[in-house]
Amino acid sequence: MRYSQKRMATTPNKAAADKVANQNVAQGFVYLPLIAGWLAPGAGHFLIGKWIRGLLIASSVVCMFALGLAMHGKLYAGAQDILDLLGLAGDLGNGLMYFVGRTLGLGAAPVQVTTADYGTKFIVVAGLLNVIAAVDAHNLRTGRKAS
Amino acid sequence: MFRPSHFLAVLLFALFASTVFGITQRETPRRMFYYGAYCFALFVGSVIVLSWVMYFIAP
Repeated sequence: MRYSQKRMATTPNKAAADKVANQNVAQGFVYLPLIAGWLAPGAGHFLIGKWIRGLLIASSVVCMFALGLAMHGKLYAGAQDILDLLGLAGDLGNGLMYFVGRTLGLGAAPVQVTTADYGTKFIVVAGLLNVIAAVDAHNLRTGRKAS
Repeated sequence: MFRPSHFLAVLLFALFASTVFGITQRETPRRMFYYGAYCFALFVGSVIVLSWVMYFIAP
């Protein structure tokens, strides 16, 4: 009786603990796909070997951002009111593309035509889609999403 | 400067957004494709319906 209790109390627990320890070692820095995916669209999926998904995400987000700039959309630079703050938050989702665009002085002209307003929305939505994709890469990395 | 029509802008927006939605919200490639197509149809369909609604209620 004592022997069986001992086995039940230790062996399965040890096996489970070993499994968790092995998973933790294998996972490493689990936020890397999240950060990489935010900085460069699709990079989070590339890091975990989802090449086609990463390519589709990268092409979608980059094309949307580039079309937004081509339509003379605005890159939000500051937050004068709450709507600007929301726009800035969306734009920041583009990661490095936003900072490079700001550095090059893109999207700085005032919005004067309708298509420029479409472009501004394209840029904001590209950032939001990029955040969704980065979180998806993180979920794949942690195992919260199966595949 | 790229100056698309309103409808072309809608099509491009729907295409890119549906692609990311499909990939991130479903788990298997087949279900991703169907969900992406579903989102695309909803984006474009709702724009067409709302456009006609605005056409009829416009003064």
